[in-house]
Amino acid sequence: MAKKTIELIVNGDHYEVAIDPWRTLAEVLREDLRLTGTKIGCNQGDCGACTVIVDGRTVSSCLTLAVECHHREITTIEGLAKSPQELHPLQQAFIDKGAVQCGFCTGGMILSAKHLLDRNPNPDEEQIRKGLSGNLCRCTGYNKIVEAIGHASRQMASCKEG
Amino acid sequence: MAMPHFTLHQPSSLEEALDLMSRHRASMKVLAGGTDLVPKMRAGAIQVEHLISLNRLPGMNRISYLDDDGLVIGCGARLSEVGANAEVRRYYPALAHACSVMATTQIRNMGTVAGNLVNAAPSADTAAPLLAYKASVVLVERGGRRQVPLEKFFEGPGKCAIEHLELLEAIRVPVPLDRSGSCYERLSARSQVDIAGVGVAGFLALDMEGKILAARLALAAVAPTPVRCAECEALLTGHEPSPDLIARAAAAAVRSARPIDDVRATAGYRRAMVHVLAKRVLETCLSQAQGGAR
Ligand SMILES: Cc1cc2nc3c(=O)[nH]c(=O)nc-3n(C[C@H](O)[C@H](O)[C@H](O)COP(=O)(O)OP(=O)(O)OC[C@H]3O[C@@H](n4cnc5c(N)ncnc54)[C@H](O)[C@@H]3O)c2cc1C
Ligand code: FES
Ligand code: FES
Repeated sequence: MAKKTIELIVNGDHYEVAIDPWRTLAEVLREDLRLTGTKIGCNQGDCGACTVIVDGRTVSSCLTLAVECHHREITTIEGLAKSPQELHPLQQAFIDKGAVQCGFCTGGMILSAKHLLDRNPNPDEEQIRKGLSGNLCRCTGYNKIVEAIGHASRQMASCKEG
Repeated sequence: MAMPHFTLHQPSSLEEALDLMSRHRASMKVLAGGTDLVPKMRAGAIQVEHLISLNRLPGMNRISYLDDDGLVIGCGARLSEVGANAEVRRYYPALAHACSVMATTQIRNMGTVAGNLVNAAPSADTAAPLLAYKASVVLVERGGRRQVPLEKFFEGPGKCAIEHLELLEAIRVPVPLDRSGSCYERLSARSQVDIAGVGVAGFLALDMEGKILAARLALAAVAPTPVRCAECEALLTGHEPSPDLIARAAAAAVRSARPIDDVRATAGYRRAMVHVLAKRVLETCLSQAQGGAR
């Protein structure tokens, strides 16, 4: 049961790693690449803390085998900000609207929100709530998260116009 | 629990996949989206030494519709792709709906219809719509292919008619009849995300006079397998649709359910909800069929 050498493209950077085939993408991101913004909550697909974007779609990285991601493009929460000085509008909105408490769910929430806004730039409240149906938060009660995403969508729209 | 240690195979052709399956027959499992398999492996519920991934097989994620042949869903097609496909939404709205509301966005982006069927949960959300559409599955092994009607596919919780060395290659769904309608409704405690406590799918087609030419109703999560409702279908077929007929058909549907009490719902609640949903589903199918939509 030999290790497999694979290449992961994470947030635009190429990484070559030799890994055991049974390790999940969440484990490899955290332990080998030290990208610990991806969290492991339930480890069974329920909570969404491990959400990352693979080839444009959100997946639960706790159920994804890392070797299956050879040569695929992965975005984690670390890859969202344009630069250390400038956060992504979703990240900024989460801060401005008080949508972060313990922060454990936040990375997954923001990536699910990005997946939603990529497909529907102007969602209503119900669509936002549906888009977050795979992400659990134990702290905020969701309202501020929903508000933040609505706010970010308007910000992003006005940036485009401006 | 930790994941078991296995060798992962990533074949790049169907022949190679079938060869690998047969070579490692004693201790192999097939991997699609992994949304059922990975949690089970981690829980120690199944032993696997060789995992054979279908995710590099070419052409397996096709979703194609032809007016003569109907719909073909390859075993690699993700639930979210099926749910968003324009032709599935137009001609098979019950299936599109199931694929868009079950599980979570992340799980729908990973999981496949094929995996949902082979996993054979009584609550499998794609099963009831596909039963209502009279779908079949194409099973392939080294010796050849066979096509099995979905009606004959499910055998019990987690059990289906696929042999250990067979792959489910594709799902085939016939062209819907003219003047027909179809729909799927599910209930679960947490609205989405949660496994369905009750699911009801229906299909109705009318003849030129407006009588019911074909009727199919299928239930999920209320019996050891997803089931068709023969009594309800017989009651409807050949008759003039009326509110009274639909009410009697919905009551008959309840008699096809053999529900249990579990964490998601009691048997009594499930029976009551089959009644309610069956009526709703049949009404929706009828109004679509009368509207001329197909
Ligand atoms: C959080 C969560 C929520 C869920 N919610 C729902 C829900 O609401 N409704 C619902 O119905 N399901 C739900 N599921 C279950 C699961 O996501 C679905 O059943 C999914 O469709 C399985 O597909 P997969 O490709 O991930 O299958 P896998 O896990 O890859 O495989 C499942 C089984 O099928 C076999 N298999 C897969 N493909 C083939 C093939 N082509 N030929 C032969 N064998 C094959 C595998 O060996 C395995 O035994 C949920 C799962 C999770 C983790
Ligand atoms: S850790 Fe992956 S969904 Fe909870
Ligand atoms: S902020 Fe704590 S779980 Fe969401």
